[in-house]
Amino acid sequence: MKFVNKGVRKKDSIALVTGKPVYTDDVTQGCNLVVKLLRSPHSHAIINEINTEKAKKVPGIECILTYEDVPKSRFTTAGQTYPEPSPYDRLILDKRLRCVGDPVAIVAGLDEKSVDKALGLIKVKYEVLEALLDYRTAIDNKIIVHPEDDFKTLCDVGADNKRNICSSDAMEVGDVEKDFKNCAHIIEETYTTKANNQSMMETFRTQTSIDTYGRLTVITSTQVPFHVRRILSNALQIPKSKIRVIKPRIGGGFGAKQTIVSEIFPAIVTWKTGKPAKMVYSRKESFTNGSPRHEAEMKIRLGADENGIIKAIHMFSLWNAGAYGDHGPTTVGLSGHKAMTIYNAASYKFENEVVYSNTMGAGAFRGYGATQGFFALESAVNELAAKLNMDPTVLRMNNMLTQKNVGKIMPTYYNEELKSCTLDKCMLKAKEMINWDEKFPSKDIGNDKVRSVGCAVAMQGSGISSCDVGAVEIRLNDEGFYTLLIGATDMGTGCDTILAQIAADCLDTDYDNIVVHGVDTDLSPYDTGSYASSTTYITGMAVVKTCEVLRDKILSEGARLLGCKPEDAEFDGKQVVCAGTGKTISLAEIGYASYVGTNAYLTATRSHFSPTSPPPFMAGLVEIELDKLTGKIDIIDYVGVVDCGTVINPNLARIQAEGGIVQGMGMTLYEDVKYDENGRMLNDSFMQYKIPSRMDVGKIRVDFESSYEPTGPFGAKSIGELVINTPAPAIANAVYNATNINMRSLPITGEKILTKMINNGQN
Amino acid sequence: MQIKLWINDKEYIDDVLPDTLLLDFLRSKGQLSVKRGCETSNCGLCTVILESKPILSCSFLAVRANGLHVTTMEGLQEEAAEFGNFLADEGAEQCGFCSPGFIMNVLSMVKELNNPTEDEIKKYLEGNLCRCTGYMGQLRAVRKFLLLKNNREVSHEVC
Repeated sequence: MKFVNKGVRKKDSIALVTGKPVYTDDVTQGCNLVVKLLRSPHSHAIINEINTEKAKKVPGIECILTYEDVPKSRFTTAGQTYPEPSPYDRLILDKRLRCVGDPVAIVAGLDEKSVDKALGLIKVKYEVLEALLDYRTAIDNKIIVHPEDDFKTLCDVGADNKRNICSSDAMEVGDVEKDFKNCAHIIEETYTTKANNQSMMETFRTQTSIDTYGRLTVITSTQVPFHVRRILSNALQIPKSKIRVIKPRIGGGFGAKQTIVSEIFPAIVTWKTGKPAKMVYSRKESFTNGSPRHEAEMKIRLGADENGIIKAIHMFSLWNAGAYGDHGPTTVGLSGHKAMTIYNAASYKFENEVVYSNTMGAGAFRGYGATQGFFALESAVNELAAKLNMDPTVLRMNNMLTQKNVGKIMPTYYNEELKSCTLDKCMLKAKEMINWDEKFPSKDIGNDKVRSVGCAVAMQGSGISSCDVGAVEIRLNDEGFYTLLIGATDMGTGCDTILAQIAADCLDTDYDNIVVHGVDTDLSPYDTGSYASSTTYITGMAVVKTCEVLRDKILSEGARLLGCKPEDAEFDGKQVVCAGTGKTISLAEIGYASYVGTNAYLTATRSHFSPTSPPPFMAGLVEIELDKLTGKIDIIDYVGVVDCGTVINPNLARIQAEGGIVQGMGMTLYEDVKYDENGRMLNDSFMQYKIPSRMDVGKIRVDFESSYEPTGPFGAKSIGELVINTPAPAIANAVYNATNINMRSLPITGEKILTKMINNGQN
Repeated sequence: MQIKLWINDKEYIDDVLPDTLLLDFLRSKGQLSVKRGCETSNCGLCTVILESKPILSCSFLAVRANGLHVTTMEGLQEEAAEFGNFLADEGAEQCGFCSPGFIMNVLSMVKELNNPTEDEIKKYLEGNLCRCTGYMGQLRAVRKFLLLKNNREVSHEVC
């Protein structure tokens, strides 16, 4: 392996660090209609009357659309493989408004000033309805968020829109009630997590135009170009063959861009007017009508014997979908299936309900529901350890999946077989790195400050098993260089680079000899997109398979040109050698020859899907300093040790891990989408919604304990999402070890800690 | 109203509206390295150098730049690449959207601070948010870059 497992630079690094114009808004400069939305001021209302006459007369205004001007068929904006599990519950513009910021009218004009003026001149008479803002009261509430009769689901997800249920599900392995009866210790608690905003630095943005062939071209910052094509076709009711989607560089996604957010509005403007149009979401719009993480309440029952061996786990997840059900039925599944699987138990029960309310619609966010689930279950495990007076790392070593479990069938994980796991090694290394045994549980360092440590483990998947696919095409060009065409979406994580590293080793060629091309749905092979931590594992394997086919073709062509049989020839990446005659022909000559006369150029394409989704694992340990007078937490040190199989690019993997840990810290300590009593988001800017700055994160140290995943490319599993899952439970555990207080709701603010300490008479 | 300013030492005379932000003015002149990450002077992505000081161009009216020199990353390509190589070697540019604003501030820091400590580095760059990297890789890149700069200066002194 010359390139796999090496920290090579990203293919696009120099463009990125010298500020080259590579993002959507940069590559679409020129004459575009400016598209903006009139948004609902109410969280629940019906449009009784809408008058756009005055607004249309504003000079520069080209197009104003209301609910009367758009198709009447419902769709989902969730970027998932068809048939999407998310309900078809949206219209481009609806007469019924279900959250503050829901679109009321689309306005397009020559410049921002005229559009802003027109937005102010649209007259709307709203019938304001009582809003359902507490999702805990949603089921069978008299307020119904989706009373419409054309609500539909393509899959049976247990939806019942007349009862505000987006989806529901239940499963049981073994008999939990029987096992709980035999448990010496039972933890039964409720945990809550809040909606968080992905806060990628580049907000949602899309430019649309009609090309020479009369087709709609969409240049957009998305993780899911092929899904964008299908969703636009659904929403606009135009054939897929008329739509082309191009993805330039993306300024971050984290799942936000797995939902289509800004695409539909300029698209319908261009389709109606024939003119190029562009929509750039403001930061405020990205906050108020993006696709944040689902707010959740999780009830856990956890039972163990007198030695702390876990016997039964029962988990119930209640999820707030908000106004629309994007990713609701699927994210909730991970909260149980991923979280519970990490522990060996005799029986498991998992129930879930996802409900509608009049807050903004939620969506995908790194971790995809597993993050919420791990906060709850890991916190319960830490509480169990405390109850047993055990070191929580030791309790975990006795109960979690380890190398010894390789070969085990995981009943809560769709009966998949565990084929690689070094979680125990991760835990031991992390303990050593942070000096756990000396620091656990805490040390009063005087000055009303206490230092403490906390721990958590987590897993994720690598792609969606037996569902999503990745395909690549590799071409041999004249002069012997290769073009790697991919449908997977590099959103900064470096998949263009990683896939080229894999291809370089498979083809025994230099990394620089491989040209990568990002996604254009007209040209790229089909790939479901970059989500579910799938790219390295799924598309990476497609690269491996494609290279095998292409090598055979190169060998055959070389042998033919040399006049020998393919079985007598060998290809070493640079040339084909004929064993009998010793004659050689270089890759460059084969490339040239394939471009001449009747010869076809050499190309191969393969797609890959996986019947399994092998989990990567991680141990996360934290050291904090807690001020007993104020409750303030400072992160001192965070250690994350990861088993992502073979690390394809250690530099990029490390950055992914560090970045994910920091996002997890934000979620734990302060990130919180808050609403006022009317359902308007209160903290809709970076002034109020604080994400961690470099002053807030302490020291973060990441290391790897590689395993070898037999089903992955070069033994690789995923890393993207896993790394956000440990901070919340680990920090909550450190707070307990400092104060003996269990923080069961996020965010864990100093104010909450102090209040509990005062109530406990500790302060 | 008419303003005259220099962008990367090239003179521009133009009519701008009183409420035109320097950020939008610069982008309209093809300075596309300048990015907007928020509208509230919180993220640092729109950082450019006015005369010799870094400023946030999202919170600065174009008319205020009348008669002044503005430097964007388009005018500092060599310096950006020099530090950018360190960032790339760490893999710490990730999505890259915050890189121009961040690098403009790093280049200013190198001029303003002599041998900064780790805390001073963090403090100087505090206003530059990044949602991808978790900041550690950026810090490693800055430290390695400063080490190289210091070594160079030391070797100059010896000469």
